[in-house]
Amino acid sequence: MEINWAFIVSNLPLYEKAAWLTLKLSILGIALSLVIGMLCSVILFYRTKGLVRLVQAYIEVSRNTPLLIQLFFLYYGLTKVGLTMSENTCAIIGLAFLGGSYMAEAFRGGIESVSKSQLESGLSIGLSNFQLIRYVILPQAFAVTLPSLGANCIFLLKETSIVGAIAIPELMHITQDLIGIYYQTFEALLMLVVSYLVMLLPLSIALTWLERKVRYAQFGN
Amino acid sequence: MTIEEKHQVLLQINGLHKEYDGTTVLDDINLSIHKGEVVVILGPSGCGKSTLLRCMNGLEKIQGGEIVFSGKDLTDKNVDWQNTRQQIGMVFQNYDLFPHMTVMENVLLGPVKVQKRDKAESLEQAEQLLKRVGLFERKDAYPRQLSGGQKQRIAIVRALCMNPQIMLFDEVTAALDPEMVREVLDVMLGLAKQGMTMMIVTHEMGFAKAVADRIIFIDAGKICEIATPDEFFSNPTTERAKQFLNIFQY
Repeated sequence: MEINWAFIVSNLPLYEKAAWLTLKLSILGIALSLVIGMLCSVILFYRTKGLVRLVQAYIEVSRNTPLLIQLFFLYYGLTKVGLTMSENTCAIIGLAFLGGSYMAEAFRGGIESVSKSQLESGLSIGLSNFQLIRYVILPQAFAVTLPSLGANCIFLLKETSIVGAIAIPELMHITQDLIGIYYQTFEALLMLVVSYLVMLLPLSIALTWLERKVRYAQFGN
Repeated sequence: MTIEEKHQVLLQINGLHKEYDGTTVLDDINLSIHKGEVVVILGPSGCGKSTLLRCMNGLEKIQGGEIVFSGKDLTDKNVDWQNTRQQIGMVFQNYDLFPHMTVMENVLLGPVKVQKRDKAESLEQAEQLLKRVGLFERKDAYPRQLSGGQKQRIAIVRALCMNPQIMLFDEVTAALDPEMVREVLDVMLGLAKQGMTMMIVTHEMGFAKAVADRIIFIDAGKICEIATPDEFFSNPTTERAKQFLNIFQY
């Protein structure tokens, strides 16, 4: 079989553009999901009255519905009740909505791994609740949680492959278009695979490096 | 003139009552501690002595009675614990240094972040205190790189850096290897000599004898005996205290 290199070269700019879009959506979605996850896990940890049930309900809805359906709901559903958002906004919110619950559960595991005596030790020098979270709980929880946070980031980045379903020209979407137009199925899919690897391999390596660095203080090497 | 008359009362406990889910763990505790006084609390395991210490800085809520510290009623609903705890240093059995911070970061967290004191001034005090406990060279080490005795001395420095009016020691040598106990007790004895007010829960009888102005013997949640170390160790008045001391004599 002959690989059509000319096709690959001529479509590189298209893939590059789509990859940047994928990255942009992922970074914003992941950043938001980290914020949501952190807030939810702190609420769950402190059993904040009134909010705990809300957070639990959110986590169940988020984890037990597919991203595709969440996206359809945001994009096609909400517009029928008068709330119209751009495709990109829907994609970012969708990713954050899905990722938030995964991040929350990961953070919760980390927070619960911080011993009660650490909290008391912090309180005994007069730390406020906020300072306790900021200086004692989160840094320790983060070191423990980092592997699962990293896995979640990679998971979310990969999940962007379905946001094309709401007409966003990301990698999967343009690949399907190219196949439809030129029937260059192998070349298009090869470029898709390589595009994801180019984005994800450095991320994986960076996460491993960060993990080692963060773990050093607490656990050594 | 007795100790009571010589100094002013720093901590006054009246009729303290503490229970967990209906089980009384401390009952009708009355005690006053004077500035510069060293009080050692003795008693069998589970008698409530650690709980009593933890009530002093609000780690445990009490169900009755009052605690007056430096003129402030700590049972008042609106008591500012963040502020109060800065004046009550506490050292725990398991050191509980923050594992993700170096020794110096551990020690400076309170002064700089809680008390918002000048960094340079805090650093100077921290360095001085670290030198005093012989650990200045380890200021950049992480807790995991220190021995138990070293960690405990750092924990003491961390509490001292807040310039507390009183120090609470909760079985601080109980988790240490025997040869490390001494280095920690020496630091505490030094503090006592400098006039620090201290409440100490310990099982080290020899140390209790050496450091205490008064011994409080607690059993089953009640104060059984309050005496000077000499009286207590040579001639305990209650049967329960006699039994307790016999256990320590081979």
